[in-house]
Amino acid sequence: MSMKRRDFLKITSYGIAGTFLSLTGGVIVGRGSELLKKMDTSSSEKVKWAMVINTRAFQTEEDFNSVILACHRAHNVPDIPDKIREVKWIWKDTFVRGFPTAETKYIGDEIKKRPFLLLCNHCDNPPCVRVCPVKATFKRKDGIVMQDMHRCIGCKFCMAACPYGARNYNFYPPREYLRSVNPEFPTRSLGVVEKCIFCYHRLDEGLVPYCVEASKGKIFFGNLLDENSEVRKVIAENIILVRKPELGTNPKVFYII
Amino acid sequence: MVEKALRGGVWYWLWLLLLVSFIGLAFYFWLQEHHHGAGMLTGLHRDLTWGFHIGQLAFFVGVAASAVMIVLPYYFHNYKEFGKITVLAEFLAVGAVIIAMLSVFVVMGQPTRVLYVILNPTPNSLIFWDLTVLSTYLFLNLLCGWMVLHSEYKGTKYPSWLKPFIYWAILWGPSIHIVTAFLLQGLPGRHYWLTAIMAPRFLASAFSAGPALLIVIALLLKKIANFNVGDKAIQTISKIVIYAFIINLLFLFFEVFTAFYSGIHSHMAPFLYLFFGYEGHREWVPVMWASMILGIVGLVLLLIPSLRRSETTLTLGAISIFLSVWIEKGVALMVGGFTPNVFETVTPYKPTIPEIMIATGVWSLGLLIITVLYKITLSVYESKNLAVKTRG
Ligand code: SF4
Ligand code: SF4
Repeated sequence: MSMKRRDFLKITSYGIAGTFLSLTGGVIVGRGSELLKKMDTSSSEKVKWAMVINTRAFQTEEDFNSVILACHRAHNVPDIPDKIREVKWIWKDTFVRGFPTAETKYIGDEIKKRPFLLLCNHCDNPPCVRVCPVKATFKRKDGIVMQDMHRCIGCKFCMAACPYGARNYNFYPPREYLRSVNPEFPTRSLGVVEKCIFCYHRLDEGLVPYCVEASKGKIFFGNLLDENSEVRKVIAENIILVRKPELGTNPKVFYII
Repeated sequence: MVEKALRGGVWYWLWLLLLVSFIGLAFYFWLQEHHHGAGMLTGLHRDLTWGFHIGQLAFFVGVAASAVMIVLPYYFHNYKEFGKITVLAEFLAVGAVIIAMLSVFVVMGQPTRVLYVILNPTPNSLIFWDLTVLSTYLFLNLLCGWMVLHSEYKGTKYPSWLKPFIYWAILWGPSIHIVTAFLLQGLPGRHYWLTAIMAPRFLASAFSAGPALLIVIALLLKKIANFNVGDKAIQTISKIVIYAFIINLLFLFFEVFTAFYSGIHSHMAPFLYLFFGYEGHREWVPVMWASMILGIVGLVLLLIPSLRRSETTLTLGAISIFLSVWIEKGVALMVGGFTPNVFETVTPYKPTIPEIMIATGVWSLGLLIITVLYKITLSVYESKNLAVKTRG
């Protein structure tokens, strides 16, 4: 069955008209989503907490230990001897392990061996929050990634999702591994996940996190959305790294190199 | 119809007893784990939090999904040869879904809170979707299998209201496996899983391993229970197995090509660790090559028509393919996903005896349900045959 020339022309012109219509539609949709985005950032969020760690200032064992202990004691973090199943909210590790995608073959020995403090990055786009089936881990308005230890079902999905090894599963009954108990903070039970919570309880009282306080100026903490904040200043003035930026998680813990 | 499950010989009851004791043992170890902690009883650790059990989830969801390869030709294309084996496939899917769901349940650190998943539906979590699609699939297969068998029992055709459910189940089969692949393939920083071909490869490996298991079961039933699903059916299924398995191998090749030709270290590392060892760690190398060799053996045995037609070599081939996929998907998939870990170093994992015993209990529970359902199926067909004989 052959087509008449007139029909053919008619169909072609419909096709062309249709293409133009869809293009216009596409442009409108594209513009619209941009507009929506603009409206979104103009919403009420004024605070986004961030941390900047001055790795050059951390020199001695004591510098690290005082910070780690301040956090772990206050939060009843159990001291578990089994190193591959321990619980830690903030800890010391090497540059090579903390930043495995960075070029490390030819860098200087000093930085290669320099210990880094690692902790939850309170990612702006946190995969751990995305995967949790019960909202036991969730993001607050001020950007803190929270962990509800009384709701967690212990599925460990979030641990598969976190690309920074920042989460801890209680492989051992945690209360049996506490040297002393801080009555102000809850202890945990077996089989739940826990991690750093950016001391939200202290921020709510107008205080800085324990680690920041114990670091005596080696860790900066503040509001990333405030252009005049100290964190913004030190980020602008120094060479800064974040862990695995290529994954799009947008970490909010920064490292001065 | 149910009463038929209660009438069996000595071997039937002994087999059930064996399964029940495995379940009891698993329950004991599971209680121990929740008393002393996973650290005392399992091989899991900070850098590998999903091990043997979640591997079983991935594998058995596949077995369940693969029922579609039998159900679809029978109901949709009216392929009569699959008449008897379709009910077997549907009931196998029921057992496999139960194994899959229980495998997730046993890894929960706080099992008493598991209802939160339903009480607080969280659609951004794939676990929520997995639970939803798996329970729906369980219901659909139980319904379809049971109704079809019941009409067989009554000597009628299944009621027409069942049709939509049958089609629903056909659509649902692949979807349960796609969702299960999505659990893994959307995680940033897990290079072995972060691949768009994960879901298609899951389907391909499932459509070979699941029907391979069905072949073994069918041939076993022929031997021990004198229940013949028909040679033609088995031959057709063996062709399904081999085509799916070839596609699975091709997908594996695509993965390896992309990782190694691009030369991106983090994508090559899990393959290197699994097949050749990484930073001096070679824990899984023999296991991986065992899976490869089994795969090749299965491929040869099922590809050559004369070997495929002999029941002995067919059985061997089907078992090889089943085991090959099981090693790769039921065990190595988790190991490769977590090794190298997020620090790009190796923390080795070996499943412990308690872990394996708990998994055995989970398999046993699935098998128990399959056994009972099969017992009923076989009895229905038997009484029908008798009826035909006495009448004739
Ligand atoms: S570092 Fe890990 S645990 Fe912390 S917010 Fe990011 S993904 Fe979640
Ligand atoms: S382990 Fe707890 S916090 Fe993590 S995903 Fe599961 S329920 Fe959520």
